[in-house]
Amino acid sequence: MKEKLLMSEKQMITTIRKMAKNIVTSADSGQGIHLVGIRTRGVPLARLLAREIAKKVGQTPKVGMLDINLYRDDLSEVSDQPIVHVTDIPFRIDGTGVVLVDDVLYTGRTIRAAMDALIDFGRPKFIKLAVFVDRGWRELPIQADFVGKKIKTKAHEVVKVMFEETDQINKVQIKREASKRA
Amino acid sequence: MSLSIQNLLSIRDLKKSDIELILKTARNLKEISWRPIKKVPALRGKTILLCFFEPSTRTRTSFEIAAKRLSADTINISTGGSSMEKGESLMDTVRNLEAMQPDLVVVRHASSGVPQMIANWICCPVINAGDGSHEHPTQALLDLMTIEDAMDRGPRGRGPLGHRPSGHRPKRSVAGLSVVIVGDILHSRVARSNIWLLKMMGAKVAVAGPATMIPTEIRAWGVPIYNDLKEVIPMADVLMMLRIQRERGDESLFPSLREYARYFGLNCETFSGAKPSVVIMHPGPVNRGVEIAPEIADGAHSVILDQVTNGVAIRMALLYLMCGGKEKNQKLF
Repeated sequence: MKEKLLMSEKQMITTIRKMAKNIVTSADSGQGIHLVGIRTRGVPLARLLAREIAKKVGQTPKVGMLDINLYRDDLSEVSDQPIVHVTDIPFRIDGTGVVLVDDVLYTGRTIRAAMDALIDFGRPKFIKLAVFVDRGWRELPIQADFVGKKIKTKAHEVVKVMFEETDQINKVQIKREASKRA
Repeated sequence: MSLSIQNLLSIRDLKKSDIELILKTARNLKEISWRPIKKVPALRGKTILLCFFEPSTRTRTSFEIAAKRLSADTINISTGGSSMEKGESLMDTVRNLEAMQPDLVVVRHASSGVPQMIANWICCPVINAGDGSHEHPTQALLDLMTIEDAMDRGPRGRGPLGHRPSGHRPKRSVAGLSVVIVGDILHSRVARSNIWLLKMMGAKVAVAGPATMIPTEIRAWGVPIYNDLKEVIPMADVLMMLRIQRERGDESLFPSLREYARYFGLNCETFSGAKPSVVIMHPGPVNRGVEIAPEIADGAHSVILDQVTNGVAIRMALLYLMCGGKEKNQKLF
């Protein structure tokens, strides 16, 4: 199982700043947007982005967290039910511009589930997608609006984005092992 | 992660890890009941049979709402209105229903042991929603969740429409807590399931009531018996009041409801010695003025309606954990 470092902590910080800048300067998302982090690692990423956005516009966007396990399209195939984590969206979805945030964009099925979940909460003004790493291999027609880093990966590789909040360290690495579905 | 059991028939079948998984899942599913669209597709297309062969408001509705919020389909079966009135046996009824491929069956019956019998006849998972005087495991689970939440919150009155839940995990456990169950312990499946679950989680459990209603063998479980409510109230962190079951016939267990209410009911006089932080519970339906005075049932210490709200969350968690996934076990006869 070989590990390769894709991004160091310093590179991660630069990338987050770049993403925040793109979100702020993008046409409709300057003011009044809120972020929703997906499942585990989208949440610390959303919080870091919110902080950087606050530095640029002077107002911190609210950050919600979304567990998509109840919306997965493979629930009848897994033999054990995935553990349900907290979903907490502390703002109204109706009429709000929402940026979904996730660490890795892979098949796109997680994002499909996240959009279904979000729309059950209300009718957002728009939904945009910010991902830290786009590793290709899409199985649905879904693309990100804001991408930290786009890379080509092999099927048997796993991209792991680690944050201090969840993994006690900030780095991104690629491992060679049997590919796990996100 | 999954439960170690296929059927939920008794609290004694559960491991501590199962209980933690159920409560954690329930806390995270609870917020669905506050969404504008109270539905998630997790159990879409699953069929859940609610076989209530004994009357029920709370439990049946709670299971039905829990199933529907997870997008499952529910079917209600009761004795009245079914072919059991024409003399069809329970076994035939259940096996015929199984032939329609349900994904899970919930059973309530007046006779102890029926859910176990049904589990032996059919392949799909069975949940015991109350059998005779034996057990009511889902009630004990929602009671545990309510006690943990109440301990975490501290004493303050609130109704079920209180703050929107955020899945926050309570810091205080029930270990070392003093829980007193009051009333007709002899006939109470709620008491039995609660005693086992609370003791498993480390609480100190005692029972109180007229001697005619308390089986003395209960001492063998490490549960002290009190026949004087005023003696035990000052030490209780939680008071769980049980319903006087008038429908269980004229067994003459006490002279009159009025006398029961005076000595074993929670009223201003008996309640005066209680701890300031005491939590009052009741599985419902409440006989106002008998086992509990109306002003206490509706007062700041009561978490009776929280129990009902948590009931939906616990049942959502159980249906989610037990219903999904491939066929884990194929029963062979």
